[in-house]
Amino acid sequence: MSWVGARVPRTEDARLLRGRGRFADDVTAPGQLWARVVRSPVAHGRLRSVDAAAAARSPGVTAVLTAACLPAGLAIPVRLALQGIDLSSYLQPVLAAGVVRYVGEPVAVVVADDPYAAEDGAELVDVDIDELPATLDAKLASAADAPRLFAAGNVAADFTLGYGDTDAAFAAAAHVSEIEIQIGRHTGVPLEPRALLAVPRWAGGGPDRDGGLDIYGMTKVPVFNRDVLARMLAVPAGRIRAHAVDAGGGFGVRGEFYPEDFLIPWLAVTLRRPVKWAEDRAEHLVAVNHSRQQSLTLAAAFEADGRILALRADVLHDNGAYCRTHGITVPELTVAMLPGPYRVPAYAGRIRVVLTNKTPCGTYRAPGRFEGTTAREQLLDVAADQLGIDRVELRMRNLLRSSELPHRRALSTLGTDVVLDAGDYQGLLATAMAEADRLGLASQARLPPGPDRSRGVGVAMFLEKSGLGPQETADIELDETGAIRVLAGGTSLGQGIQTVLAQIAAEALRARVTQVASEILEAAEDDLVLDHGTVSVRGDPESRITFGAAAAAASPPGLRARGRFDVSHMTYPYGAHVAVVEVDHGTGQVRVLRYLVAYEVGRAVNPALVEDQLRGGVAQGIGGALLEELRYDEAGQPQATTFIEYRMPTAVEVPPVDVLVCEQAPAPGNPLGVRGAGEGGISAAGAAVACAVRDALGLAGGVGALPLTPARVRGLAESATGSSPANRAGSQVRPASYEESR
Amino acid sequence: MKDIRQITVTVNDQVRDLVVETRRTLADMLRHDLGYTGTHLGCEHGVCGACTVLLDGLPVRSCLIFGVQADGRTVATVEGLADGTDPDAQLSDLQRAFSDQHALQCGFCTPGFLMLAEGYLSGGRPADAGEVTEAEIRDVVAANLCRCTGYQGIVEAILATARSRLDPAGRERGDGERGDAGLGGSEQGTGR
Repeated sequence: MSWVGARVPRTEDARLLRGRGRFADDVTAPGQLWARVVRSPVAHGRLRSVDAAAAARSPGVTAVLTAACLPAGLAIPVRLALQGIDLSSYLQPVLAAGVVRYVGEPVAVVVADDPYAAEDGAELVDVDIDELPATLDAKLASAADAPRLFAAGNVAADFTLGYGDTDAAFAAAAHVSEIEIQIGRHTGVPLEPRALLAVPRWAGGGPDRDGGLDIYGMTKVPVFNRDVLARMLAVPAGRIRAHAVDAGGGFGVRGEFYPEDFLIPWLAVTLRRPVKWAEDRAEHLVAVNHSRQQSLTLAAAFEADGRILALRADVLHDNGAYCRTHGITVPELTVAMLPGPYRVPAYAGRIRVVLTNKTPCGTYRAPGRFEGTTAREQLLDVAADQLGIDRVELRMRNLLRSSELPHRRALSTLGTDVVLDAGDYQGLLATAMAEADRLGLASQARLPPGPDRSRGVGVAMFLEKSGLGPQETADIELDETGAIRVLAGGTSLGQGIQTVLAQIAAEALRARVTQVASEILEAAEDDLVLDHGTVSVRGDPESRITFGAAAAAASPPGLRARGRFDVSHMTYPYGAHVAVVEVDHGTGQVRVLRYLVAYEVGRAVNPALVEDQLRGGVAQGIGGALLEELRYDEAGQPQATTFIEYRMPTAVEVPPVDVLVCEQAPAPGNPLGVRGAGEGGISAAGAAVACAVRDALGLAGGVGALPLTPARVRGLAESATGSSPANRAGSQVRPASYEESR
Repeated sequence: MKDIRQITVTVNDQVRDLVVETRRTLADMLRHDLGYTGTHLGCEHGVCGACTVLLDGLPVRSCLIFGVQADGRTVATVEGLADGTDPDAQLSDLQRAFSDQHALQCGFCTPGFLMLAEGYLSGGRPADAGEVTEAEIRDVVAANLCRCTGYQGIVEAILATARSRLDPAGRERGDGERGDAGLGGSEQGTGR
């Protein structure tokens, strides 16, 4: 049996099911203090003063600190600098000084011997702010005469990616289709809020030779974060030890370097006491990176037969109040990935990154692709209807053929050239449509809906990206007890990395251990049997050696090896989503009835975990398509600060999801042939649901905006005229004429 | 001046005496005073259900209950679900079903779902309530939030356990160990 490819049960489960996981807030240190961050209650204003006197007198409070107490000039640096754009004017300070720019911006921190006392103290900090008008609309903020959030202006970046002569292509086109769509502001929202524990290692009141800092709660990119923290604290990176803990979901937001990631360690160093911080949910919803909010205008030029001649995109990206660690990653990926798996001879994608008085933005699972795929696939459905071509057939005609891969696009993203590596996009779509047919998705869509309801089907094709390390180092140790330890920089965010790394290590070790044992036992490798840490010779059970004995025989005892992998290009997984929805025209409620994801993952190390990733991604995508939105009122007050207003899907909103994991196109860029598995479930979920709602309502244009809340859907239903639900529902799903298109 | 009380509470069959501030939530008391860190806090306003424990056998949000309200009562947390408290204790049928059905990823919401399900399964479902259905389980599961799994594994795990524990016919048929393959709409499509 091969370990890679097996449905191995998760090694994480036993401890998590027993309540023995170790999440950051589960770790405590003797003498620890608790921190509570005081945040701006207004969206925009001049910070006149922060009066800490009353808070400092509050029982249990140890210290109250403001920007004046911090080293001067500290800002959260950009992790991914892209396209040579300088964002230094837009970085977030650790604590606001002079100006506050969003509700939730840290202005002070209270430290107490108990979390309740810290919260009491925080309420007594008197923050005096002269309110300024809040700028909340990216379009208005981008105007030349708009009030300035920063001296440098409100547009942090304005650039165009693309290639070819789009003007000529549009001028010569037989048909042009255009849509506008707004993607709502929503984000990852892992179930575990952020938490950090920083423990200074001191002996006798001053840093000794082994002095330093232990951090619990850093994750995702701990090596980068450790280095940033070391620079900001001005201590050697080797003095900071980031301990791996369980993490209650990541989804892009957890593990970035936030103001608190400096503040808490700095407090521990300054106060020489362990300091813990565990945010509450209301804080999380205003403090953690928001994401997604973009307005996209997309136009495509077609030949009469439906072939795409050119694509044009104009994307307005609402980045909130600052540029944080991701810089312009999300908008850059939006435009760079917008052409997707299609043959697009000429392309121009303009992006403007605009700052507003809202929580700053970063990545959320499938950053840029969720947004771009939603827009592009809506456009293709609108164009197909206008051209009188079946929607799936239009996609087939425009998908890159496998003979056209690798396909180099004359643009770059994340500092790499875009080279679509390998695959069979048309084959995947045909497989997905056949599977949808086999599962009866189309027939389900044709079932008579209830009164004043209609059903629709949405099909969306997508291209993903993954695998840009750019490097990773791993150690493996076999000790004299026979235990094997794998050490790697990748962190657990709930995806099952512990299980998967063990599978990969077991596979690799089998070959190596067999080789070594063959020498010791003087037997041919083919004659050896590996079982539970022992190697024996087939037919000669006395001739055997344990892994531990082999390790003990080494001098010094134990066997270890280190490997490093460097990669310069991404790999591009791809797939298709099919959604069946029912829309209630009276209430505007959309129910997702059935859902299929077909996904090319290259090679599944553990197919069950890939399916888990796809199903979980779909649930989040349905949330972004229908339910979740971080709204603000006209004064810039956030309207979603609890799980009552921030509506994540429950078990009744998420339908059973069928998944088809394909392993037809191993990635050429890595030794395992793997492609990423984490984002394929969400990438096209906004698109598939939006296309299905459009189908159900019989809209001529696009849906205009996500999330498709009941109010928006009622509006769309009222605007749709001239066709009866019975005629439209499900009409577009049938196995496509795949062979013709080849 | 802190308002404190001395209370006695039975947690997972162990009698515990402690002094607690009256405003301290049951969740904080369990986690930080008694060391039951398996109970997790996801929202602290009673929506997500990650902090669900059983109070006198019924599921409650421990973030919405004060510790002092547990005085003289019994609390069951996730740490008490396995058969015994040692680290190698046999997992319960419900815990095993969660692992079999991939009902967890990050595991943060898991203790809440386990206790919610345990409360439902042992909470005196009427004998005449008929066969356990997927819709009934989905209704139960909708009380809590999970951000990782999309709920399918959670529904399948609780359904499987419910069938084996509650439905005598199902127990006799011996089909309670695994989820009904028809749940996902397709045996092949769901892949497990």
